[in-house]
Amino acid sequence: MVDIAKLEQIASQVRRDIIRQTHFVNSGHPGGSLGCADFFTALYFEVMDHDPKFNMEGKNEDLFFLSNGHISPVWYSVLARSGYFPVEELATFRNINSRLQGHPTTHEGLPGVRIASGSLGQGMSVAIGAALSKKMEGDDKTVYALTGDGELQEGQCWEAIMFAAHHKVDNLIVAVDWNGQQIDGPTKSVMALGDLEAKWKSFGWEILIMDGNNMADVLKVLAEAKAKKGNGKPIVILMKTAMGHGVDFMAGTHKWHGKATNKEQTANALSQLEETLGDYPHPEDN
Amino acid sequence: MSEVKTSLSLDNLISTEKKSTRDGFGAGLLEVGRNNDQAIALCADLIGSLKMNAFIDEFPDRFIQVGIAEANMMGIAAGLATTGKIPFTGTFANFATGRVYDQIRQSIAYSHKNVKICASHAGLTLGEDGATHQILEDIGMMKMLPGMTVINPCDYNQTKAATIAIAEHHGPVYLRFGRPGWPVFTTPNHKFEIGKALHLAEGSDVSIFATGHLVWTAIEAAKELEKDGISVDLINIHTIKPLDNAAVIKSITKTKCAVTCEEHNRFGGLGDSIAQVIATKMPVPQEYVAVNDSFGESGKPAQLLDKYGLGKADIISAVRRAIARK
Repeated sequence: MVDIAKLEQIASQVRRDIIRQTHFVNSGHPGGSLGCADFFTALYFEVMDHDPKFNMEGKNEDLFFLSNGHISPVWYSVLARSGYFPVEELATFRNINSRLQGHPTTHEGLPGVRIASGSLGQGMSVAIGAALSKKMEGDDKTVYALTGDGELQEGQCWEAIMFAAHHKVDNLIVAVDWNGQQIDGPTKSVMALGDLEAKWKSFGWEILIMDGNNMADVLKVLAEAKAKKGNGKPIVILMKTAMGHGVDFMAGTHKWHGKATNKEQTANALSQLEETLGDYPHPEDN
Repeated sequence: MSEVKTSLSLDNLISTEKKSTRDGFGAGLLEVGRNNDQAIALCADLIGSLKMNAFIDEFPDRFIQVGIAEANMMGIAAGLATTGKIPFTGTFANFATGRVYDQIRQSIAYSHKNVKICASHAGLTLGEDGATHQILEDIGMMKMLPGMTVINPCDYNQTKAATIAIAEHHGPVYLRFGRPGWPVFTTPNHKFEIGKALHLAEGSDVSIFATGHLVWTAIEAAKELEKDGISVDLINIHTIKPLDNAAVIKSITKTKCAVTCEEHNRFGGLGDSIAQVIATKMPVPQEYVAVNDSFGESGKPAQLLDKYGLGKADIISAVRRAIARK
């Protein structure tokens, strides 16, 4: 039996980690990270069959690829909290000589990361390659990928979407962080995405809709997605989230896309997020 | 003065047939497929042009047709490599580099992926298609990427051997080859050593460093020069990165001047790589035989090479200028 309350507690700590990581270096992307905390927590603490004793090739494991690399704080938090590297290392986020680069990379050998991302639009293609490889090997595990909704403005995404349907990449589950925000404003004013559901459908994908900030729904839809594997269609989850979810003054706006909280805002945000697993130590802690 | 002919003599550099370097790639790819079941071929709707048919016929399950979507192809290749495959991507050099520079940079080079970027129809000798397809900047773009190996073989046999060699090398590789039938003069099934220059002819008056199709043109120029008593140390730089610095220095130590020959823009190509060695290790006069910061145009390969300053006569005059500056 899945302990939803326990996953929600982990997600609360992950959100604290996001606020603290970005605050201490006064940079990074807290908004999208907060919105995706529930999804990441569900994936790494419940859904995926994965080994924190990281192996790049990941044979016989579920794999995850982050395409919208700027939400690295949420990924680093769940990787550390699920045992890929010491939680204390979160204190080095975006510092010189750190493995926790502003955008995720394999370059410094951070366990859990299989591809660099940050320049948008590339992650789905990479995930497709890994999924094809698993099919060739007879490996029945699942490949997951996350892309932003604004990121779908990149043309390469649609190359990948067309390819996955044509080649029946049905061991691939792509989630779209459908928060309706991007750096310059709401997606509907910057570059409207139109009817996303119809678009994916017309490209030949299996579509699921998820409330990405409701742990029970996240778990339910991820299970439904997994059950749809092997039916000749790639699977997409349109994941409705609020950018900044979990912190009242940050939620539902693009304003915290790429901006960190100051000292007072940080205290305010942390007061709204229960410390469940213990904050990682940082030199600026009193 | 009579000279003892060694094996490194221009007299041994002869060609009796023409075959394209892309045919060499196709033959090499088939061998790779037979030798290594992890090798995967990908193509962006140019199977025939890339000569991938033999591989596809024998290994249909290890071929992925991507359609006209080169960016996606590079990403898929990176994903395949992540999980232990050895992907060989095939398209024209223009679409294999400039069009997908950021995909190569982030998903392949920065991510240390074992992807082999195989690029045909490079340079002017693609001919009639014209400048949209005649990339002359690709060597520069690719050699600037940290960790990227850049190889531009000179004939059918060398391209075949290079294709086989890069499968054994772990790391991203840019393999550049061309469209036209071209004189074959290297030995069949020779062992290709990445990063090791091939000394073709021993000489004392000038070093010619040549890559790709222009190696044969340089051989023809050297034979003419020899008749005029100019002795050419002729070196085939098939691997532009990592460059065989020792071979460059050894040659210019002897000859005291250099000419570089390439089917590429003079900015950012082989000439600049050699110039960096010369300027920092051992300054000597150098002359470039390269395209002078220009796009190409439609025409026959030989016409284009002549018009854009890459012909035998251009090499000969560059050699005379270099020697005069000693």
